[in-house]
Amino acid sequence: MSAREFNRREFGAGLAGILVAFSMAPSLSPAAETGRGLPGMLAANRRLDAWLRIDPLGTVTVYTGRVELGQGNITALAQIVAEELDVALERVRMIPVDTMRSPNEGTTAGSNSIEAGGAALRAAAAEARAIVLKRAGERLMAPADTLIVNDGIIIARNAPGRISYWELAGEISLQQDATGSVAPKPPAEHKLVGTAAQRLDIPGKVAGEPMYVHDMRLPGMVFGRVVRPPSPNAQLMSVDQASVAAMPGVIRVVRDGRFLGVVAEREEQAIAAREALAKAARWQMPSDLPDPARVHEHLKGLKGIETETVNEKIGPAPAPVKTHAATYRKPYLAHASIGPSCAVAGLVDNVWTVWSHTQGPYPLRGDLAKVARVPVERVRVIHSQGAGCYGHNGADDVALDALLMSVATQGRIIKVQWMRDDEFGWEPFGSAMEMSVRAGLDADGAVVDWQYDVWTCPHNMRPGNPRGMNLLAAGHLAMPFARPKPVEAALPGGGGDRNAVPCYEFPKQAIVDHFITEMPLRTSALRTLGGFGNVFAHESFMDELAHLAGADPVEFRLKHLKDERGRAVVEAAAKKAGWQKGALSDGIRGRGVAYSRYETIKAYVAVVVDVAVDRASGQVKVERVTAAVDSGQIINTDGLTNQIEGGIIQGVSWTLKEAVKFDRQKITTRDWASYPILTFSEVPAVDVVLIDRPEQRSLGSGEASQGPTPAAIANAIFHATGARLRDLPFTPDRVKAAIQRG
Amino acid sequence: MPLYRLNVNGETRQATAEAETPLLYVLRNDLELNGPKFGCGLGQCGSCTVLVDGQPQRSCRVPVSSVGDKPVTTLEGLGSRDSLHALQKAFIDEQAMQCGYCINGMIMSAKALLDRNKQPDEAAIRAALEGNLCRCGSHNRIVRAIARAAKEMAG
Repeated sequence: MSAREFNRREFGAGLAGILVAFSMAPSLSPAAETGRGLPGMLAANRRLDAWLRIDPLGTVTVYTGRVELGQGNITALAQIVAEELDVALERVRMIPVDTMRSPNEGTTAGSNSIEAGGAALRAAAAEARAIVLKRAGERLMAPADTLIVNDGIIIARNAPGRISYWELAGEISLQQDATGSVAPKPPAEHKLVGTAAQRLDIPGKVAGEPMYVHDMRLPGMVFGRVVRPPSPNAQLMSVDQASVAAMPGVIRVVRDGRFLGVVAEREEQAIAAREALAKAARWQMPSDLPDPARVHEHLKGLKGIETETVNEKIGPAPAPVKTHAATYRKPYLAHASIGPSCAVAGLVDNVWTVWSHTQGPYPLRGDLAKVARVPVERVRVIHSQGAGCYGHNGADDVALDALLMSVATQGRIIKVQWMRDDEFGWEPFGSAMEMSVRAGLDADGAVVDWQYDVWTCPHNMRPGNPRGMNLLAAGHLAMPFARPKPVEAALPGGGGDRNAVPCYEFPKQAIVDHFITEMPLRTSALRTLGGFGNVFAHESFMDELAHLAGADPVEFRLKHLKDERGRAVVEAAAKKAGWQKGALSDGIRGRGVAYSRYETIKAYVAVVVDVAVDRASGQVKVERVTAAVDSGQIINTDGLTNQIEGGIIQGVSWTLKEAVKFDRQKITTRDWASYPILTFSEVPAVDVVLIDRPEQRSLGSGEASQGPTPAAIANAIFHATGARLRDLPFTPDRVKAAIQRG
Repeated sequence: MPLYRLNVNGETRQATAEAETPLLYVLRNDLELNGPKFGCGLGQCGSCTVLVDGQPQRSCRVPVSSVGDKPVTTLEGLGSRDSLHALQKAFIDEQAMQCGYCINGMIMSAKALLDRNKQPDEAAIRAALEGNLCRCGSHNRIVRAIARAAKEMAG
């Protein structure tokens, strides 16, 4: 069905297809102040036909501003539209974001696709349905509220005749603004929402169809590769371009400042030229990276730390009878996509056209236009899938690389893919962090005072920042663009302080964010931003306090947790796992629990982890993870399970194995041997309990299970061995040392 | 550049490339196959896996000149959307992926496994995939899909 059609159209039809698409572009209405009250970005893009069209041939075409990153959101959005219109899911064609025709929904991030993107589409679809039914009522001579729709066929309850959406497509117009006056279907009537509808893109992926930007082949397309500096701040002293330019198939050697690239007829020729150009370049490398042995001390000593109390409660609270303090650390982490970043760029019909797996086609377009020094209308970004990114990886940067090479070759269509070492060496990492907690317990074993400090580098340096430019190559040009001064995002989403505010009720608390504006290693958004570090610290420390109070970890959490939905996920996970109060460990096997509500306003997740620890080697095996999640109304049950399960497994990998390695000069993580991730034999069994609340609005879930995972593992190791792990990752050496310390 | 005649997915295909060109680029760019993916170029991740003479090989590390007339099978050679192989179908039934970039390697490695062991237990499946990396955390679904395909193929 539709996935194959869009492939042919997007890829196979090549340039002809692109030109057709230009004339199809809907006219987006300007942001209207009167759009207030409409959900999501429907308020800024009110025209209904900017979101969906009803086609005479029996399909519904949907324009979303959200992109598929492998998380299945596009299928869930299609379900929402099909549900609201009462058509079969197979009729819905989801158009990948194209800045020439799709609504601008900014960046697909922060687990927002369903909450915000879904709400916008649901409202637009409900209005479209009302417009069609009004016309159908006239044709069938029946009141609109007596009409029944079944897969687009409309009949009246008390009148003869039938008519379809497809017959009416030419008689109605969606060239009108959303009014906000049509109520969507009540959840009790949902038939498709809340089911495990199969992903639209999986059949094409298992059959080897061209589903990714990496699979694009356009007429005349050639291949590019980049030669990055050997270290973040290396300066290019000299480079012999001529010898490389003479190599077989080489079309162009591109140099602008310390940006180096090669363009060749064949991909392997570009790779060979890249190796030769790297050898032909002489660099000066300063030793200006932090000492990896004391990176957190280094970061805390940097200038330009902005300290702010982001949340405070001042009591009253009884004086503590016991106090406790602990400090936790997280290393730099890599997104480590399986597929290195890739983009295709070229001059098409006098428009610089870039196919990219970016999370934010519109913000990327703006930045590309700035670097190319052309009006934004002369840049078009079209989303095409990539490998899972888990945040801001090299996707945007390689798009600029491809554009720069296309500019240098008078607009040739060039596919650029980063090599594995480009990806590890140059993707923006998730920041190293340090978290310190001090708390007091009263005589009843309740937390009466919670003081929290987090030190963090920036977690959001995405494209689209009006105060500067963070695309990698833009900073390497002879006339470089300056990076924007980092700004910490406001809570509740936050950045490094995401989830720094506890999900528990404490009478007195102070949450202090020490925002490090310098970036010795370039950092940006990695799944959960600061949430992984903060929830790790919170939920480890809650366990330490429970131990101090002589309380059961589940009961201790419930004692401080007032939110009924939060309590329900903790209880559900504990029940499913068969949690036993006071269960003793045999010294090898242990069990831990952790809980958080993502961003303090999104999905609720609790996890129970079972580990086995080899005391001699320090090797930890996570054997089983049991999770419970409440995401409000579930759109796709299997999609939600997949996200929760995937987040847990990735979280186990981060917790046990991962840290970006570097020395004083350069990043030394360059391949999978220097950045090992969890493998099949190490992956735990994962059991996910879904708590569906159809009457509650959907809550963002894509990142929700990652935060509790490391703490539950630390708590399970403590239960097994009595050793408390506070520095991520929990490598065998660290675990062994902690056990030996006792 | 020499001309190579390759036996790919049961057909004789021709490509002109330097001898040391990795098979991966010939398959992707000259023969326009999408299944095998570039993941690392180092033989570490398995995204580029194809079968050469029935054996799973990292096509990023196989020079085209070494293939000769040995049959090469890619993901496309297993089946198309209209005639899916039991493994492809099982990956759909189990929704065994998130992004799917690694899935070519998973299915091709599984094909090689099932060719030599028709009823692998879970440990055997995990062992066969130990060298294939997945970043989305779809491992357990992938294992279930392979077990399901094995069961269906056994009839």
